[in-house]
Amino acid sequence: MLSDLIKEVCEAVIAHEAELTALDSAIGDGDHGLNMKRGFSELLAKSDELAGQEVGAALKAAGMTLVMKVGGASGPLYGSLFMSLGKELAGKTEIDQSVIAEALAVAQAAVMARGKSQPGQKTMLDVIAPVQQKLAEGAALTDVAAAALAAAEATAPIQALKGRASFLGERSIGHVDPGARSSAVITEAACRVLERSG
Amino acid sequence: MSQAQADCVGIVIVSHSPEVARGAADMARQMAGDEAPIAWCGGDPDGGLGSDVGKIIEAIEAAWSEQGVAILVDLGGAETNSEVAIEMLDPGRAEKVRICNAPLVEGAVMAAAEASGGASLTEVVRTAEEYSPA
Repeated sequence: MLSDLIKEVCEAVIAHEAELTALDSAIGDGDHGLNMKRGFSELLAKSDELAGQEVGAALKAAGMTLVMKVGGASGPLYGSLFMSLGKELAGKTEIDQSVIAEALAVAQAAVMARGKSQPGQKTMLDVIAPVQQKLAEGAALTDVAAAALAAAEATAPIQALKGRASFLGERSIGHVDPGARSSAVITEAACRVLERSG
Repeated sequence: MSQAQADCVGIVIVSHSPEVARGAADMARQMAGDEAPIAWCGGDPDGGLGSDVGKIIEAIEAAWSEQGVAILVDLGGAETNSEVAIEMLDPGRAEKVRICNAPLVEGAVMAAAEASGGASLTEVVRTAEEYSPA
Protein backbone atom coordinates (compact mmCIF):
# COMPACT_ATOMS: atom_id res chain seq x y z
CA MET A 1 0.00 0.00 0.00
CA LEU A 2 2.80 2.43 0.91
CA SER A 3 4.43 1.61 -2.42
CA ASP A 4 1.24 2.44 -4.36
CA LEU A 5 0.78 5.60 -2.31
CA ILE A 6 4.26 6.91 -3.10
CA LYS A 7 4.10 5.92 -6.77
CA GLU A 8 0.65 7.32 -7.48
CA VAL A 9 1.28 10.59 -5.68
CA CYS A 10 4.55 11.05 -7.58
CA GLU A 11 2.96 10.14 -10.90
CA ALA A 12 0.12 12.59 -10.28
CA VAL A 13 2.51 15.46 -9.52
CA ILE A 14 4.66 14.65 -12.56
CA ALA A 15 1.57 14.42 -14.81
CA HIS A 16 0.53 17.93 -13.71
CA GLU A 17 3.88 19.55 -14.46
CA ALA A 18 2.60 21.64 -17.37
CA GLU A 19 -0.49 22.82 -15.53
CA LEU A 20 1.48 23.80 -12.41
CA THR A 21 4.01 25.65 -14.55
CA ALA A 22 1.22 27.51 -16.36
CA LEU A 23 -0.35 28.55 -13.05
CA ASP A 24 3.01 29.66 -11.68
CA SER A 25 3.87 31.54 -14.87
CA ALA A 26 0.74 33.64 -14.38
CA ILE A 27 1.54 34.84 -10.85
CA GLY A 28 5.01 33.55 -9.90
CA ASP A 29 8.30 32.63 -11.49
CA GLY A 30 7.01 29.75 -13.56
CA ASP A 31 9.12 27.01 -12.03
CA HIS A 32 6.66 25.21 -9.76
CA GLY A 33 5.86 22.44 -12.24
CA LEU A 34 9.51 21.76 -13.03
CA ASN A 35 10.59 21.97 -9.40
CA MET A 36 7.86 19.61 -8.21
CA LYS A 37 8.58 17.23 -11.06
CA ARG A 38 12.27 17.16 -10.13
CA GLY A 39 11.51 16.42 -6.48
CA PHE A 40 8.80 13.84 -7.05
CA SER A 41 10.74 12.12 -9.86
CA GLU A 42 13.48 11.56 -7.31
CA LEU A 43 10.92 10.12 -4.87
CA LEU A 44 9.56 7.88 -7.61
CA ALA A 45 13.07 6.60 -8.34
CA LYS A 46 13.47 5.84 -4.63
CA SER A 47 9.94 4.48 -4.14
CA ASP A 48 10.92 0.84 -3.55
CA GLU A 49 13.54 1.86 -1.02
CA LEU A 50 11.08 4.21 0.71
CA ALA A 51 8.22 1.69 0.69
CA GLY A 52 10.47 -0.85 2.42
CA GLN A 53 10.64 1.39 5.48
CA GLU A 54 8.24 1.99 8.32
CA VAL A 55 5.75 4.71 7.27
CA GLY A 56 7.16 7.37 9.61
CA ALA A 57 10.72 6.81 8.39
CA ALA A 58 9.56 6.74 4.76
CA LEU A 59 7.76 10.08 5.10
CA LYS A 60 10.75 11.67 6.83
CA ALA A 61 13.09 10.43 4.10
CA ALA A 62 10.67 11.66 1.43
CA GLY A 63 10.54 15.10 3.06
CA MET A 64 14.31 15.32 3.22
CA THR A 65 14.55 14.38 -0.46
CA LEU A 66 12.13 17.16 -1.37
CA VAL A 67 14.11 19.68 0.69
CA MET A 68 17.30 18.77 -1.13
CA LYS A 69 15.91 18.36 -4.64
CA VAL A 70 13.04 20.71 -5.35
CA GLY A 71 15.08 23.92 -5.60
CA GLY A 72 12.33 26.44 -4.83
CA ALA A 73 10.44 27.55 -1.74
CA SER A 74 8.12 24.59 -2.26
CA GLY A 75 11.02 22.24 -1.39
CA PRO A 76 11.30 23.25 2.25
CA LEU A 77 7.52 23.74 2.51
CA TYR A 78 6.58 20.28 1.24
CA GLY A 79 9.69 18.93 2.95
CA SER A 80 8.49 20.28 6.30
CA LEU A 81 5.03 18.86 5.66
CA PHE A 82 6.27 15.33 4.98
CA MET A 83 9.02 15.33 7.61
CA SER A 84 6.53 16.49 10.21
CA LEU A 85 3.98 13.86 9.14
CA GLY A 86 6.73 11.25 9.36
CA LYS A 87 7.70 12.36 12.84
CA GLU A 88 4.09 12.22 14.03
CA LEU A 89 3.35 8.81 12.46
CA ALA A 90 6.64 7.18 13.48
CA GLY A 91 6.06 4.08 15.59
CA LYS A 92 2.27 4.19 15.16
CA THR A 93 0.98 0.70 14.43
CA GLU A 94 -2.68 1.57 13.95
CA ILE A 95 -2.92 4.42 11.45
CA ASP A 96 -6.55 5.37 10.86
CA GLN A 97 -8.13 8.56 9.60
CA SER A 98 -8.15 10.27 12.98
CA VAL A 99 -4.46 9.54 13.49
CA ILE A 100 -3.70 10.98 10.05
CA ALA A 101 -5.82 14.05 10.88
CA GLU A 102 -3.88 14.64 14.10
CA ALA A 103 -0.55 14.22 12.31
CA LEU A 104 -1.65 16.59 9.54
CA ALA A 105 -2.60 19.22 12.10
CA VAL A 106 0.98 19.18 13.39
CA ALA A 107 2.35 19.15 9.83
CA GLN A 108 0.14 22.11 8.91
CA ALA A 109 1.61 24.03 11.84
CA ALA A 110 5.10 23.15 10.58
CA VAL A 111 4.30 24.52 7.11
CA MET A 112 2.81 27.67 8.66
CA ALA A 113 5.99 28.19 10.69
CA ARG A 114 8.29 27.47 7.75
CA GLY A 115 6.38 29.77 5.39
CA LYS A 116 5.52 32.37 8.07
CA SER A 117 2.03 32.12 6.67
CA GLN A 118 -1.49 31.07 7.53
CA PRO A 119 -4.59 29.92 5.65
CA GLY A 120 -6.30 32.65 3.63
CA GLN A 121 -3.12 34.02 2.02
CA LYS A 122 -3.37 32.17 -1.31
CA THR A 123 -0.94 29.35 -0.57
CA MET A 124 -0.84 25.56 -0.17
CA LEU A 125 -2.22 26.11 3.33
CA ASP A 126 -5.58 27.01 1.79
CA VAL A 127 -5.82 23.35 0.74
CA ILE A 128 -4.06 21.70 3.68
CA ALA A 129 -6.30 23.36 6.27
CA PRO A 130 -9.66 22.17 4.86
CA VAL A 131 -8.20 18.72 4.13
CA GLN A 132 -7.11 18.46 7.75
CA GLN A 133 -10.53 19.59 8.90
CA LYS A 134 -12.37 17.11 6.69
CA LEU A 135 -10.16 14.26 7.86
CA ALA A 136 -10.73 15.23 11.49
CA GLU A 137 -14.50 15.28 10.91
CA GLY A 138 -14.30 11.73 9.63
CA ALA A 139 -15.45 12.66 6.12
CA ALA A 140 -15.33 10.04 3.37
CA LEU A 141 -12.03 10.11 1.49
CA THR A 142 -13.79 10.98 -1.78
CA ASP A 143 -15.22 14.03 -0.01
CA VAL A 144 -11.77 14.94 1.33
CA ALA A 145 -10.39 14.82 -2.22
CA ALA A 146 -13.29 16.89 -3.55
CA ALA A 147 -12.77 19.45 -0.79
CA ALA A 148 -9.09 19.72 -1.71
CA LEU A 149 -9.85 20.35 -5.38
CA ALA A 150 -12.53 22.91 -4.52
CA ALA A 151 -10.25 24.65 -2.02
CA ALA A 152 -7.52 25.04 -4.65
CA GLU A 153 -10.02 26.59 -7.08
CA ALA A 154 -11.20 28.89 -4.30
CA THR A 155 -7.74 30.50 -4.08
CA ALA A 156 -8.39 32.30 -7.40
CA PRO A 157 -10.23 35.34 -5.97
CA ILE A 158 -7.74 35.78 -3.11
CA GLN A 159 -5.01 38.41 -3.33
CA ALA A 160 -1.65 36.77 -2.64
CA LEU A 161 0.04 37.90 0.58
CA LYS A 162 2.99 35.49 0.53
CA GLY A 163 5.60 34.38 -1.95
CA ARG A 164 6.46 35.74 -5.37
CA ALA A 165 2.77 36.17 -6.26
CA SER A 166 2.43 38.83 -3.53
CA PHE A 167 4.65 41.14 -5.64
CA LEU A 168 1.78 41.35 -8.13
CA GLY A 169 -0.65 42.75 -5.56
CA GLU A 170 -4.15 42.89 -6.99
CA ARG A 171 -2.99 41.33 -10.25
CA SER A 172 -2.66 38.01 -8.41
CA ILE A 173 -6.46 37.98 -8.12
CA GLY A 174 -8.20 35.66 -10.58
CA HIS A 175 -5.47 33.01 -10.73
CA VAL A 176 -5.44 29.70 -8.88
CA ASP A 177 -2.41 29.42 -6.59
CA PRO A 178 0.07 26.84 -7.96
CA GLY A 179 1.01 25.56 -4.49
CA ALA A 180 -2.64 25.12 -3.55
CA ARG A 181 -3.19 23.26 -6.81
CA SER A 182 -0.21 20.93 -6.27
CA SER A 183 -1.45 20.22 -2.73
CA ALA A 184 -4.85 19.32 -4.18
CA VAL A 185 -3.24 17.03 -6.78
CA ILE A 186 -1.28 15.25 -4.02
CA THR A 187 -4.36 14.99 -1.79
CA GLU A 188 -6.51 13.58 -4.57
CA ALA A 189 -3.95 10.89 -5.46
CA ALA A 190 -3.36 9.98 -1.82
CA CYS A 191 -7.11 9.74 -1.07
CA ARG A 192 -7.62 7.55 -4.15
CA VAL A 193 -5.00 5.04 -2.99
CA LEU A 194 -6.17 5.09 0.63
CA GLU A 195 -9.79 4.64 -0.43
CA ARG A 196 -8.89 1.68 -2.66
CA SER A 197 -6.87 -0.06 0.02
CA GLY A 198 -9.49 0.57 2.67
CA MET B 1 41.55 30.42 5.08
CA SER B 2 43.96 32.68 6.92
CA GLN B 3 43.84 33.38 10.64
CA ALA B 4 42.92 36.98 9.87
CA GLN B 5 39.82 35.86 8.00
CA ALA B 6 38.58 33.68 10.83
CA ASP B 7 38.62 36.75 13.11
CA CYS B 8 35.92 38.40 11.02
CA VAL B 9 32.28 37.47 10.54
CA GLY B 10 31.77 35.50 7.33
CA ILE B 11 29.34 36.58 4.59
CA VAL B 12 27.27 34.22 2.44
CA ILE B 13 25.32 35.44 -0.58
CA VAL B 14 22.42 33.29 -1.79
CA SER B 15 20.66 34.25 -5.00
CA HIS B 16 18.38 32.40 -7.39
CA SER B 17 20.97 33.22 -10.03
CA PRO B 18 24.65 32.19 -9.75
CA GLU B 19 25.62 35.26 -11.80
CA VAL B 20 23.83 37.59 -9.40
CA ALA B 21 25.40 35.85 -6.39
CA ARG B 22 28.88 35.99 -7.86
CA GLY B 23 28.47 39.63 -8.88
CA ALA B 24 27.24 40.64 -5.45
CA ALA B 25 30.14 38.72 -3.87
CA ASP B 26 32.60 40.57 -6.14
CA MET B 27 31.18 43.90 -5.02
CA ALA B 28 31.26 42.87 -1.37
CA ARG B 29 34.84 41.68 -1.69
CA GLN B 30 35.84 45.01 -3.18
CA MET B 31 34.69 46.61 0.08
CA ALA B 32 35.95 43.97 2.46
CA GLY B 33 39.20 43.01 0.81
CA ASP B 34 40.50 39.70 2.12
CA GLU B 35 39.58 40.40 5.73
CA ALA B 36 36.16 38.73 5.86
CA PRO B 37 35.47 35.33 4.32
CA ILE B 38 32.85 35.63 1.57
CA ALA B 39 31.11 32.76 -0.19
CA TRP B 40 28.21 32.68 -2.64
CA CYS B 41 25.88 30.23 -4.29
CA GLY B 42 22.96 30.36 -6.70
CA GLY B 43 20.75 28.14 -8.80
CA ASP B 44 18.65 25.04 -8.24
CA PRO B 45 20.07 21.49 -8.10
CA ASP B 46 19.88 21.24 -11.92
CA GLY B 47 21.62 24.55 -12.59
CA GLY B 48 18.43 26.51 -13.35
CA LEU B 49 17.30 29.60 -11.46
CA GLY B 50 16.43 28.69 -7.88
CA SER B 51 18.10 27.68 -4.65
CA ASP B 52 19.69 24.54 -3.32
CA VAL B 53 20.00 23.65 0.36
CA GLY B 54 23.13 21.56 -0.26
CA LYS B 55 24.93 24.44 -1.99
CA ILE B 56 23.90 26.85 0.78
CA ILE B 57 25.36 24.55 3.43
CA GLU B 58 28.61 24.32 1.43
CA ALA B 59 28.76 28.11 1.14
CA ILE B 60 28.22 28.54 4.89
CA GLU B 61 31.05 26.11 5.52
CA ALA B 62 33.28 27.90 3.01
CA ALA B 63 32.72 31.24 4.72
CA TRP B 64 32.79 29.78 8.21
CA SER B 65 34.05 31.93 11.03
CA GLU B 66 33.80 31.33 14.75
CA GLN B 67 32.57 34.94 14.90
CA GLY B 68 29.51 33.85 12.94
CA VAL B 69 28.13 34.03 9.41
CA ALA B 70 25.65 36.55 7.97
CA ILE B 71 23.57 35.39 4.99
CA LEU B 72 22.13 37.72 2.36
CA VAL B 73 19.27 36.32 0.25
CA ASP B 74 17.28 37.62 -2.69
CA LEU B 75 13.77 36.13 -2.91
CA GLY B 76 11.50 33.81 -0.92
CA GLY B 77 12.95 30.42 -1.85
CA ALA B 78 16.48 31.57 -1.14
CA GLU B 79 15.39 32.66 2.34
CA THR B 80 13.35 29.53 3.09
CA ASN B 81 16.09 27.23 1.83
CA SER B 82 18.69 29.18 3.84
CA GLU B 83 16.59 28.68 6.98
CA VAL B 84 16.54 24.94 6.30
CA ALA B 85 20.29 24.92 5.63
CA ILE B 86 20.93 26.61 8.99
CA GLU B 87 18.77 24.06 10.79
CA MET B 88 20.79 21.26 9.21
CA LEU B 89 24.10 22.57 10.61
CA ASP B 90 25.47 21.35 13.93
CA PRO B 91 23.46 23.13 16.66
CA GLY B 92 26.63 24.86 17.90
CA ARG B 93 27.15 26.33 14.45
CA ALA B 94 23.51 27.03 13.65
CA GLU B 95 23.24 29.56 16.47
CA LYS B 96 26.08 31.56 14.92
CA VAL B 97 24.38 32.01 11.55
CA ARG B 98 21.84 34.75 10.79
CA ILE B 99 19.84 35.70 7.71
CA CYS B 100 19.77 39.46 7.10
CA ASN B 101 16.48 41.11 6.21
CA ALA B 102 18.18 43.33 3.66
CA PRO B 103 18.45 43.82 -0.10
CA LEU B 104 21.00 41.43 -1.57
CA VAL B 105 23.59 43.71 -3.16
CA GLU B 106 23.45 46.68 -0.79
CA GLY B 107 23.17 44.36 2.21
CA ALA B 108 26.15 42.29 1.10
CA VAL B 109 28.34 45.35 0.55
CA MET B 110 27.38 46.89 3.91
CA ALA B 111 27.73 43.60 5.76
CA ALA B 112 31.12 42.91 4.23
CA ALA B 113 32.38 46.41 5.03
CA GLU B 114 31.22 46.06 8.63
CA ALA B 115 32.59 42.53 8.97
CA SER B 116 36.00 43.51 7.62
CA GLY B 117 36.32 46.00 10.47
CA GLY B 118 35.98 43.18 12.99
CA ALA B 119 32.38 43.90 14.01
CA SER B 120 30.29 41.29 15.80
CA LEU B 121 27.63 39.24 13.99
CA THR B 122 24.88 41.35 15.61
CA GLU B 123 26.53 44.55 14.36
CA VAL B 124 27.04 43.14 10.86
CA VAL B 125 23.40 42.07 10.60
CA ARG B 126 22.15 45.40 11.98
CA THR B 127 24.25 47.38 9.50
CA ALA B 128 22.99 45.30 6.57
CA GLU B 129 19.42 45.68 7.76
CA GLU B 130 19.67 49.47 7.89
CA TYR B 131 18.96 49.20 4.18
CA SER B 132 15.68 47.34 4.73
CA PRO B 133 12.50 49.02 3.61
CA ALA B 134 10.55 50.15 6.70
